[in-house]
Amino acid sequence: MQNSSNNPVIKCESVYKIFGTNAKKLLENTEGAVDAKKFQDAGCIVGVNNASFEVHKGEMLVVMGLSGSGKSTLLRCISRLGESTSGKIYIDGEDLNAMNSKQLIELRRNKMGMVFQNFALLPHKTVIENIAFPLQVKGNNTTDSMNKALEMVELVGLKGRENYFPRELSGGQQQRVGIARSLAVEPDIWFLDEPFSALDPLIRKEMQDEFLRLQGVLNKTIMFVTHDFDEALRLADRIAIMKDGIIEQLDTPDNIVLNPATDYVKKFTEDVPREKVLKIESIMDPVDPNISNNSNVSKNDIIEKVAEVILNSKETLNVIDPKENKVVGSLNPSKVIKVLFGD
Amino acid sequence: MKEKLKKSKPLQFGILFLVFLIFYFLVPKSESNLLWRLPPLFKDFPLWINNTIYSALYDWFPIKVWDPVFEMYEKKAAFREVTRAISASVLFLITFVREILLGGVQTLGSFISDSWLNSNKWFTWPALPWTVVVSGAMILGFQLQGIRLALLAGIGVCYLSIFGQWAPSMQTLSFVLITAPICFLFGLSLGIWGYLDKKVEAALQPILNVAQTMPHFSFLIPVMVLFGIGDHAGAIATIVFATPPMVRLTILGLRKISPEVVESGLMSGCNKFQLLFKVLIPTARTDILIGVNQVIMQCLAMTVIASFIGAKGLGFNLKLALNSLKIGKAAEIGICIVIIAVVLDKFSLAWANKQKNYFANLSFFQKNKYLIIFSILLLIGSIIAFYAGNYFNEINYLYIIPYERGFSISPLLDAFVDWVWETFFYYLNAFNIFLISNVLLPMKTAYLAMPVISTFILFMGTGYIIGGLRSAFTVGPLILFIALSEYWDRALITMYMATFAVVISTIIGLVVGSLSAQSEKATKFMLFICDFFQTFPSFVYLIPVILLFGITDTSVLLAAIIYATIPSTRYTIEGLKSVPVSLHEAASMSGVSRLQRWTTIEIPLAFPHIMLGINQTLIFSLFMIVLGALIGTEDLGQIIMGSLSRNDGAGVALTLGIFVSFICLAVDHLIRTWSEKQKKLLGID
Repeated sequence: MQNSSNNPVIKCESVYKIFGTNAKKLLENTEGAVDAKKFQDAGCIVGVNNASFEVHKGEMLVVMGLSGSGKSTLLRCISRLGESTSGKIYIDGEDLNAMNSKQLIELRRNKMGMVFQNFALLPHKTVIENIAFPLQVKGNNTTDSMNKALEMVELVGLKGRENYFPRELSGGQQQRVGIARSLAVEPDIWFLDEPFSALDPLIRKEMQDEFLRLQGVLNKTIMFVTHDFDEALRLADRIAIMKDGIIEQLDTPDNIVLNPATDYVKKFTEDVPREKVLKIESIMDPVDPNISNNSNVSKNDIIEKVAEVILNSKETLNVIDPKENKVVGSLNPSKVIKVLFGD
Repeated sequence: MKEKLKKSKPLQFGILFLVFLIFYFLVPKSESNLLWRLPPLFKDFPLWINNTIYSALYDWFPIKVWDPVFEMYEKKAAFREVTRAISASVLFLITFVREILLGGVQTLGSFISDSWLNSNKWFTWPALPWTVVVSGAMILGFQLQGIRLALLAGIGVCYLSIFGQWAPSMQTLSFVLITAPICFLFGLSLGIWGYLDKKVEAALQPILNVAQTMPHFSFLIPVMVLFGIGDHAGAIATIVFATPPMVRLTILGLRKISPEVVESGLMSGCNKFQLLFKVLIPTARTDILIGVNQVIMQCLAMTVIASFIGAKGLGFNLKLALNSLKIGKAAEIGICIVIIAVVLDKFSLAWANKQKNYFANLSFFQKNKYLIIFSILLLIGSIIAFYAGNYFNEINYLYIIPYERGFSISPLLDAFVDWVWETFFYYLNAFNIFLISNVLLPMKTAYLAMPVISTFILFMGTGYIIGGLRSAFTVGPLILFIALSEYWDRALITMYMATFAVVISTIIGLVVGSLSAQSEKATKFMLFICDFFQTFPSFVYLIPVILLFGITDTSVLLAAIIYATIPSTRYTIEGLKSVPVSLHEAASMSGVSRLQRWTTIEIPLAFPHIMLGINQTLIFSLFMIVLGALIGTEDLGQIIMGSLSRNDGAGVALTLGIFVSFICLAVDHLIRTWSEKQKKLLGID
């Protein structure tokens, strides 16, 4: 999906966020190697510790971590709701921390949208007024912003409830309003801060599906924060797993499940049913020209979905790239058995 | 032993009390002994305040002002010109609203030459007929909440008119209608400023603390010196007194907004201005409007007291009636004040709790239907009033019922008072004498026999046990400030009265609160009663007690006890209700009886909250005790009252007000520290 030759939409270079009065001075003295314990003794709390990564156009990066891991803090550095203590952040190549408040407001009015955990709707405005709010703040005239907001209401499936107040809606519906509001200005970059954590499990699943549908249509650049590993696996193009402010591993879901980089990451992946997560692509072998088998599987299929076909065929299959309709690898059923039932 | 002492708070308090007693009995009572009384080093403090005020008024920063009468420039102090300008504009506003309600020529007259007015006597702005005001109140009540509030407002306003208190009631109302919005604007702006800037908040906090614990009276005299006597001075004193709660509630409301909502505003691209007016203030709307409610109630309470420096209205008449011991008349006026208080309270609360409704595409008539109905009623009412003038020959009862020309129940009330006196005089008097000679006098003597060192040991020792050295040295200077003045004995008398009132109120509050917390219905009823009585301006409480006990300490203490029982009851109920249901269930499953549950579960868990109520109880009773000086007691309040007629009154009144405030703050600090520690210990938030 991503093209590394393009300029990244979001780029972080050793970003630190340390809370405390003397944070900046302490950080300068340590020259980059931050030990959380030492800082704690000095009365500082390390929020983000040396984060460097890039997010490309149309990519969804999910930041996963337990509470206190610094994931929301990282997001707030990149949206500049909080100032980072040191490091560089570039949005479309522009230095975010160098922007003055006027430029920042312009950036937020045109390029950024954000969804919040507890919805953060304005209690005194109706659904449609909430959604139109970013447009009106921007100075658009009422008719235009209302029309645009109506479009958004339809997009998130709340038609008929335009004139409700937030207090009259369920949690799932409120978050749909939150999503619609964040999309009203048609931003390129979409931040989501644990958007589904406050919802019931069933509603959460429904909202995730809805979210994937939206992303399929809109193709935004996304940073999505969650504490739910399953949610991260379901949604992400790439996952960054954080602990104590440090990004432990940043990789595709498949790679994280197959090759956890640290013991900490391993704890999350241990109980994950691999067949439900991994794609054929991640377990296939190189192209084998000697295959005579006629049936083949797509490299993007989840293993569980095609397991029956593979196991029935008993012989090595071709793996194809459905976009280009080209053979890209081979797959022996024994490999699938290994994934399903272990060694 | 040492270990045991460290752990056991009761033991620590026991030792403290022992030390207190040792000093109490062993310190020789001689004026030269520093342990007995401190020398009045701060004796000149009131004088210093006074001199500062006067030099600001007469000498400081002279500017040249054109005098139109003598047609020359005159040197005047800039500060006084400023206060005069403020006085004039406030007075203009009050007169303006007053003349809308009651008619008159002053407001219009200020735009037209006097000679023309004198030759055209017919030219005067007509008053609103009282029928129109009644219908206006009903429409407003209906719009805010519904038919019940409309009826309440309608009947209340009718009473004001029919019982011949229309003019003073409208004077009081106009007073509130001007002071409350000014307080609102000041309070809101200061609150917002405090919210935005931590330094400003840190500076505001102590000022708010002192201002909110200073008795109403002590504002009066400085304001009188600065602004003169009259409605405007009363209004300014009221504004000074009623703004602090608004500031506090604004800051509280804004702080309560979830940070996510602020962030969502920022991410929507709000600039500072948009964030403030489109996100923050509307989100904190309910809290801010609760602040408005507080402001209105404080303003109303103050209008009565402001009558001492010339504010017209019900308060002025009430003061006259009380001074001449016309209890019946005083009660009648008191009822009017209570009616206005209840109606305004209900109105502002309804406004605070009213949720905005969305009306898309409504026509002009639908949007403004209440305004249109009111305009029609205004027209009808005016026409009726005009033609009724031909029908009634002396007084036009459908226009304005003049003062004291309506019904009156005061002869009835007076007869009732006489009957009470004749029937119960012996018992009341016996009780009164018993209380004074067997309880109050010994208590007073005991307090006055307390060496200053004992007082310090008591306050600072308690502070040390509760909150360590920090608390001890917070409380110490507050008391020291009073001890170094020449009013220490008066302060002791004030403290004795306060102690008595607080102890009795707390016991009553605990019993009543605990009993009513047992049933859902009783709880609701009791909270309603508390709400209802709390709307009464404190002054009103003095009326019935004077009826029973005449002008004595007993009356004042009784009023203070009644007044201060409200918060202690309320906080007891709230505290008991806040004990989680799961704990009740756990206790019940362990097989406790109701009484056991109350003593072992409910009271210990509710106690921190109940203690906060005792805090309020103290403030309430101190206010009432100081107010009691009005009818003659000999504590700090009496001197504040007396300083009304003294040359250096401003400084004395302000200093004494600060003393009362410091007593409140010292106790407040102790109770709050203890309560917070205890809450943390119990793991309740």
